[in-house]
Amino acid sequence: MKLHEYQAKQVFREAGIPTPASELAESVEAAVAAAELVGYPVAVKAQVQVGGRGKAGGIELADDEDELREAADSILGMDLKGYRVERVLVEEAVDFADELYVGVTMDRGEGKPVAMVSTRGGVNIEEVAAEDPEAIAREHVDPAFGMHPFQGRKAVYDAGVDPAVARDVSSVLSTLYDLWEDKDGADAEINPLMVTADDEVIAADAVFNVDEDALFRHPDLAEMGEEGEFAESELEQKADEYGFDYVRLDGNVGIIGNGAGLVMTTLDLVDHYGGSPANFLDVGGGAKADRIANALDMVFSDENVDAVVFNIFGGITRGDEVANGINQALGEFDEIPKPVVVRLAGTNAEEGMEILDTSLVTVEETLESAVQRAVEYAGEVTQ
Amino acid sequence: MSVLVDEDTRVVVQGITGGEGEFHAEQMIEYGTNVVAGAVPGKGGQEVAGVPVYDTVAGAVAAEDADASVVFVPPAFAGDACFEALAVDELDVVVAITEGIPTQDMSRVYRRLQETDAYLIGPNCPGLITPDEAKLGILPGNIFSSGRVGLVSRSGTLTYQVVDNLTKRGLGQSTAIGIGGDPIIGTSFVEALALFEQDSKTDAVVMCGEIGGEDEEEAAEYIDEYMNTPVVGFIAGRTAPPGKRMGHAGAIVSGSGTGTAESKIEALRDAGAFVGDTPEEVADRVEELL
Repeated sequence: MKLHEYQAKQVFREAGIPTPASELAESVEAAVAAAELVGYPVAVKAQVQVGGRGKAGGIELADDEDELREAADSILGMDLKGYRVERVLVEEAVDFADELYVGVTMDRGEGKPVAMVSTRGGVNIEEVAAEDPEAIAREHVDPAFGMHPFQGRKAVYDAGVDPAVARDVSSVLSTLYDLWEDKDGADAEINPLMVTADDEVIAADAVFNVDEDALFRHPDLAEMGEEGEFAESELEQKADEYGFDYVRLDGNVGIIGNGAGLVMTTLDLVDHYGGSPANFLDVGGGAKADRIANALDMVFSDENVDAVVFNIFGGITRGDEVANGINQALGEFDEIPKPVVVRLAGTNAEEGMEILDTSLVTVEETLESAVQRAVEYAGEVTQ
Repeated sequence: MSVLVDEDTRVVVQGITGGEGEFHAEQMIEYGTNVVAGAVPGKGGQEVAGVPVYDTVAGAVAAEDADASVVFVPPAFAGDACFEALAVDELDVVVAITEGIPTQDMSRVYRRLQETDAYLIGPNCPGLITPDEAKLGILPGNIFSSGRVGLVSRSGTLTYQVVDNLTKRGLGQSTAIGIGGDPIIGTSFVEALALFEQDSKTDAVVMCGEIGGEDEEEAAEYIDEYMNTPVVGFIAGRTAPPGKRMGHAGAIVSGSGTGTAESKIEALRDAGAFVGDTPEEVADRVEELL
């Protein structure tokens, strides 16, 4: 779960990491009032969870009220990489001499946390990592002990940070690590960590992504997550309500299946046979009639979808129950909105295939043939 | 010989009094697995699925001489359940079925695992099975058959799909291991491949990977350097967009493009492994090999 910048800064500030003065605003008038409190010049920053906001026009500087009105008016309501901007952060513009990067994440290959420091802040750090990995100092942390203070210092010295601010930067890194550990962070980043002409360090941006599986022990963060989630698409909201793992893509073959690997494989096969997948939708294990009806509702609601492939390999999930669920859900329609191809395998699959009403669905024996048939149907509609 | 578990494996089920634990303990017993005990704090003295329940894993192992454990404990407590199992030297294999364990908990478990000689399978996995001998987990036993193909996979239902294709052609399995779809797992592809390479009953290995992380690339290096047993690969997620989690917590292509299906397929092919475009092609290739 990603926190918005203003939420992450609140969390960082409470932990003792210096951040610029800022106020959140949902209208131009509120932005004007916020700027009065913060003091000009200010940065006006779109609060949406996408990278590269600056380049996309989501961050502007304002020296006075006229400029601020213009900036707030252009950013509020804008579409930023598919997300509508509902709120801006009006923030004291920091006059900086240098920009650093500090971050903490889980190195999944090593199974250990890693703390990182670089003097190449203010740019896309993933690009720096790809082009010049040596430019980022990394310190792996033993999760049984947490990060020792010397490790923070070592990362800072290894990165070649100016000695005048080394102590403060390592202190920020230690605080960031402890926060990441205490609050079950997935990624915690400050990019840039600005260094002023007076050698003060200040977190000009803040990223804090929380491990969703650990939210049960952080109710405060779970609440923040709910506050931030109004920017989702309607289909994604629906998937959340239904409790499905769902990702929307841009093709026209709707896909329903069970188990992440098999659903991904079904997407890949659609592509392999010349079609284009519209979505990833995993109904999970043991799906019963209501979940099947909900899954069909999801793909039928997607206007891009022209045909649907329903692929279930039953372990815990039973083929006969799935078949009954499909008959029942489709029986509700006077006319089936989009052709549905079904393939059942595994537990009670044969009974399931018998049960399926072939006036409602097309039944196929194998995964490959089911996908080919759905691609064919979707193609016919498009032509 | 087979890999990790066989007909002599004696299993303790952690969380046997829960719905999932009881159901799957029964299923494992029905398959012929030697389930000898359950372990649930506060439930010692009960009997579930026909086996005695103990308050602690250590107590269950001491009384029933178990050498493997399967964890069906809710995510908030599953990290602790893994620690409890790893604290008992006699347990050689610990299988964590639970999905949704916090990653930092698993990082600590993984760190502890390095100090032991045990194999931890999972978490977020379907378990493992040596057909006709023992099943530790939730795999549907009826699709498997005994034979000479080793199988290792990050995904449950994809495993079933591939196994079904193999079984229908008369290509049985030595052992099938679901290593799990989480970012941090106990036993990697490399360790599983090493076990199959040493197993005299395994003549070919099918490896089903998916997007995210670099485990498949590491496996490719291992195949290239150390393996004589032929490996047939399949990688799910060619059409996955960057930055989106495809169901499994571990199945995500990073924004900078690491963890893509292309990189994994290329690494495996460079290592001399065949990589199928469809599950059918995987079975075709195994049939040619054997």
